[in-house]
Amino acid sequence: MDKLTALTPLGDVTARVDTIGGLEIREVVDQAMASVAARLGQADLTKETTAAKLGLVLPDVGLSSQAAPFTAFWMGPDQWMISAEHDSHELLASEVKLALGPCASVVEQTDGWCRFDITGVAVCDLFERLCNAPLRQMANGAVTRSSVEHVGAFVWRLTEERVAVIAPRSSANSLHHALIAAATSIA
Amino acid sequence: MTQMNRLTGGLIDQSKPLNFSFDGTSYKGFAGDTLASALLANGVRLMGRSFKYHRPRGVVTAGSEEPNALVELRSGGRQEPNTRATVAELYDGFEANSQNRWPSLKHDMLAINDRFSNFLTAGFYYKTFMWPKAFWEKIYEPIIRNAAGLGSLTGEGDPDLYDKGFLHCDVLIIGAGPAGLMAALTAGRAGAQVVLADEDFRMGGRLNAETHHLGDMPGAEWAATAVAELASMDNVRLMTRSTVFGAYDHGVYGVLERVADHIATPAAGKPRQILWRVYSKRAILCAGSTERSIAFENNDRPGVMMAGAVRAYANRWAATPDQNIAIFTNNDDGHRTAADLIAKGVNVPAVIDIRPDAPKVVGAELLAGAQVIGSKGRLGLTEVTLRLASGEMRSISCGALAVSGGWNPNVHLTCHQRGRPKWNDALAAFVPGDDLPMGMTVAGAALGDLSTHGALAGGAKAAVAALGDLGMTAGIPILPKADDTPVKLTPFWHVAGKGRAWLDLQNDVTVKDVKLAHQENFVSVEHLKRYTTLGMATDQGKTSNMGALAVMAEMTGKSIPETGTTIFRPPYTPVSMGAMAGRAVGKEFHPTRLTPSHKWAAEQGAEFVEVGNWLRAQWFPRTGEDHWRQSVDREVTQTRNSVGICDVTTLGKIDVQGADAAEFLNKIYANAFAKLPVGKVRYGLMLREDGIAADDGTAARLAEDHFVVTTTTANAVTVYRNMEFARQCLWPDLDVQLISTTEAWAQYAVAGPNARKLLQKVVDAEFDLSNEAFPFMACGEITVCGGTRARLFRISFSGELAYEIAVPTRYGDGLIRALMAAGKEFDVTPYGTEALGVMRIEKGHAAGNELNGTTTALNLGLGRMVSTKKDCIGNVLSKRDGMNTEDALRLVGVRPVDAKDPVPAGSHLMAVTGPVDAGHDQGYVTSAAYSPTLGTAIGLAFVKGGAARMGERLRLANPLEGSEVLVEIVSAHFVDPEGEKLRG
Repeated sequence: MDKLTALTPLGDVTARVDTIGGLEIREVVDQAMASVAARLGQADLTKETTAAKLGLVLPDVGLSSQAAPFTAFWMGPDQWMISAEHDSHELLASEVKLALGPCASVVEQTDGWCRFDITGVAVCDLFERLCNAPLRQMANGAVTRSSVEHVGAFVWRLTEERVAVIAPRSSANSLHHALIAAATSIA
Repeated sequence: MTQMNRLTGGLIDQSKPLNFSFDGTSYKGFAGDTLASALLANGVRLMGRSFKYHRPRGVVTAGSEEPNALVELRSGGRQEPNTRATVAELYDGFEANSQNRWPSLKHDMLAINDRFSNFLTAGFYYKTFMWPKAFWEKIYEPIIRNAAGLGSLTGEGDPDLYDKGFLHCDVLIIGAGPAGLMAALTAGRAGAQVVLADEDFRMGGRLNAETHHLGDMPGAEWAATAVAELASMDNVRLMTRSTVFGAYDHGVYGVLERVADHIATPAAGKPRQILWRVYSKRAILCAGSTERSIAFENNDRPGVMMAGAVRAYANRWAATPDQNIAIFTNNDDGHRTAADLIAKGVNVPAVIDIRPDAPKVVGAELLAGAQVIGSKGRLGLTEVTLRLASGEMRSISCGALAVSGGWNPNVHLTCHQRGRPKWNDALAAFVPGDDLPMGMTVAGAALGDLSTHGALAGGAKAAVAALGDLGMTAGIPILPKADDTPVKLTPFWHVAGKGRAWLDLQNDVTVKDVKLAHQENFVSVEHLKRYTTLGMATDQGKTSNMGALAVMAEMTGKSIPETGTTIFRPPYTPVSMGAMAGRAVGKEFHPTRLTPSHKWAAEQGAEFVEVGNWLRAQWFPRTGEDHWRQSVDREVTQTRNSVGICDVTTLGKIDVQGADAAEFLNKIYANAFAKLPVGKVRYGLMLREDGIAADDGTAARLAEDHFVVTTTTANAVTVYRNMEFARQCLWPDLDVQLISTTEAWAQYAVAGPNARKLLQKVVDAEFDLSNEAFPFMACGEITVCGGTRARLFRISFSGELAYEIAVPTRYGDGLIRALMAAGKEFDVTPYGTEALGVMRIEKGHAAGNELNGTTTALNLGLGRMVSTKKDCIGNVLSKRDGMNTEDALRLVGVRPVDAKDPVPAGSHLMAVTGPVDAGHDQGYVTSAAYSPTLGTAIGLAFVKGGAARMGERLRLANPLEGSEVLVEIVSAHFVDPEGEKLRG
């Protein structure tokens, strides 16, 4: 039997890139993701073990952290999302679980989400039309949970001019439509 | 046509002429004009007809408070009725039409209503049209509804786009007059994040309409300089054409920005308007004030205007309603209009001041202690009649009358959270009360500081205070020297007389109507409003409420503050439905969720159905099938005879982990889960706290401390939320972690006698799918198609030998294609939600129709699932006596005695003979379908004491459609009741 072909959240074999005005909207498909939730009373141990085994400092509320090849952002009380390159870490959840052992529950989240990275000087103007996250006040690395045109999403300020929006995969087309519409609106 | 009433100067650009049309006639205006100013400059005073009596009306104000000059703008899908000519910015090619008239504005047949005004008084429709009773709904009401209203819509779809947006700031400043500009300068210079919003297209407020100087600069120039400084600050956002229309909770304000109303059509992909939600830490309301009128007989003729508006047209727009304008005032502000008009070369025949001690006037006759008691002019004012202080009568010829009754602070937004304004005797007006929306302060004329100096000082002070609250420091800037004239006014609301004196021009409410309301015992102002329609519609009584309150107070012998105001509610000015909808229109009304097989299903020509936000394939029509039933019957038959595949990704999947995961599920589900072995799946039923069935699904145990719970598609979110609530709030001591994995896995049901054979072709060879190795209710992690990770569950909703197979979602498309290719030799069929539904009814499985929020486990025939050996959510209340009676509803099957009869869903079950009514109700049908397997319609029903009534005949009654069908009560398990197929 032939190997199965992977599709992107937007339903193609290659990731979509749109450029509208000065903004680039890029479908990001090269990241594996795993959620990490500390077991009861083991948040400190989870953080210590993650730091020791993965070299990654699990971030505080509303923040993200990075230690190659991993990045992490805060998702909820004692809960984080860790990501890494998909091709080299397709089994990220197993990898993290192996590192952390019984102190945390780890769940594969790679295909639960779609991600778009938007780059350009007008990135704050764009999100102003999409969600109530106070992006202009968010420092680089800050992450917040918001709603983008009625789609629940993480909005992650990567740099001054680059923002990632991570939302449920099945809504990728609706989210993409909203991004394109808003980008056209402000272009 | 020449602009006969165009003056010199103003803030318009007379080097940029613009062409526009009104009622088909072409005119010229200039950049910076509004429709109202351009029409006045062209000598047009008649701009509309009144709401009820169709009386000729002209523009009254120069701002958003306009009650009269309502027009229809544009045409086709863009036609917008009831637009105020005072805020409609002119552009080249601008097209406007008058409304509420037939056949023309000058000759309106419905003006006949005015002749019958004695019969059309306030509340006339409550008193008339009483007989005969049956006529109300069929004749009177349709006629009245047809006659009511102002402008019209074309019925075409609106082609424009509307955006929504979100802003965050330290200080929101509402209004960019002197107070707002000074507040913005103070806060902006201190480094605060400032949003300054003004409804006008030019910031400056009254500074643009007056001739005052600030320091050595004309007011408008000072405003322009201030705006330029603010525009240079990165921390200040200037929003013109932006109305702050509502004050909501926690410092959130609604703002409508009209980004493209001043151009013919927005550019492609660009919005016409943006509805902003502004999240402010502090807000400073600098909304200014609105001038009020003095009512006198026939004070509604075109040409009778507010004095401040006449002044604004002259100074800002270099336009005048006539070359001959009289003034009628009770305060010094009216005299300013006289002075400014005279300076512009307009003749002012008289200043009629009700005050015997009125100040002197230069360049016009002063008639102190006089009152205007009437007017003449059919389509426009030609003459006013006066009663002089001596009692003598006199007529003055004039084309316009500028009336000033004083100014009312714009307190509206201070009251949006039920705050009440308080009375200020000196101004004879309401000013903001003490109960303001959180974080709001007020400055300038809105606070009652009606002088320019007061506004500047108040704005600066409010900004310093607001920043201080936020821990920021700002100093009071040096203020330019500005007018600081105190308010001198003698309260005067209406001229006594027998004729009709108009209070509310928009709703045709007169002093007489208010008196009538009082006479008929409408004591509360809220009742007065509703009985007379005073203060309703687009202007919300901005120019009329105070006058009416004063008359009401006079009637009742109470003071105005004792009489009180009606409640102020958002929006401050009208907000279009399009702006409220934003981008959520048409097929973008809500976000859509696509299943992993969507692309493939679309290629197959599947018909899709909305299930919440999901789009699921409903059936897959094949060539030659021209009715949905043909496709569905085929899908069912093919699946039962061989094998079918259905995308079941939409079912909720919740990953449950933790040392106490099993105990947690034991508490969540009515049935036991603690002893479920690893590698097994169990059907589970969840109850609500009140013992009613909430949802059902399965839980698969992947490890001692790891389960995957599935939910119904409809309840995926609710179940997850309830579980999260239970985890965090009910049993925080349990070690449980939850996360949704619904989207992470593409999951397909593979059902039918050949399901195993098909799967064996895609599942990698090292995994044994034999009944012994992988029996009914087994689950496990496998690989497919040469190494792709997958999960396999042997569960069955159809009653067939069935599996559900899941792969990471990215491979979902690949897997459905692989399964279909592998199944070719078995004549595999994809099946949609319809066939899924038919098969589950045939099998007697409950779904949403049965778990309908009123049924218990007992009703569902699952009473024994509610474990007596453990506690769970809903356990206690499910034992209530009333829910466990002998004759409780029980789920059964129904089958028509005559196989050709239908089973209408929703029908009620009655005895074969006897009455059909609620008192004889035996139960009801929840689900029905045509069963191709049985060759007849079948249904699931709840029947009283149903378990003991097998074989009994009952009538299915559908009184709404008048049908009755004789049915037999049978087991709900129409197909394979012993479950041999699914275990095979």
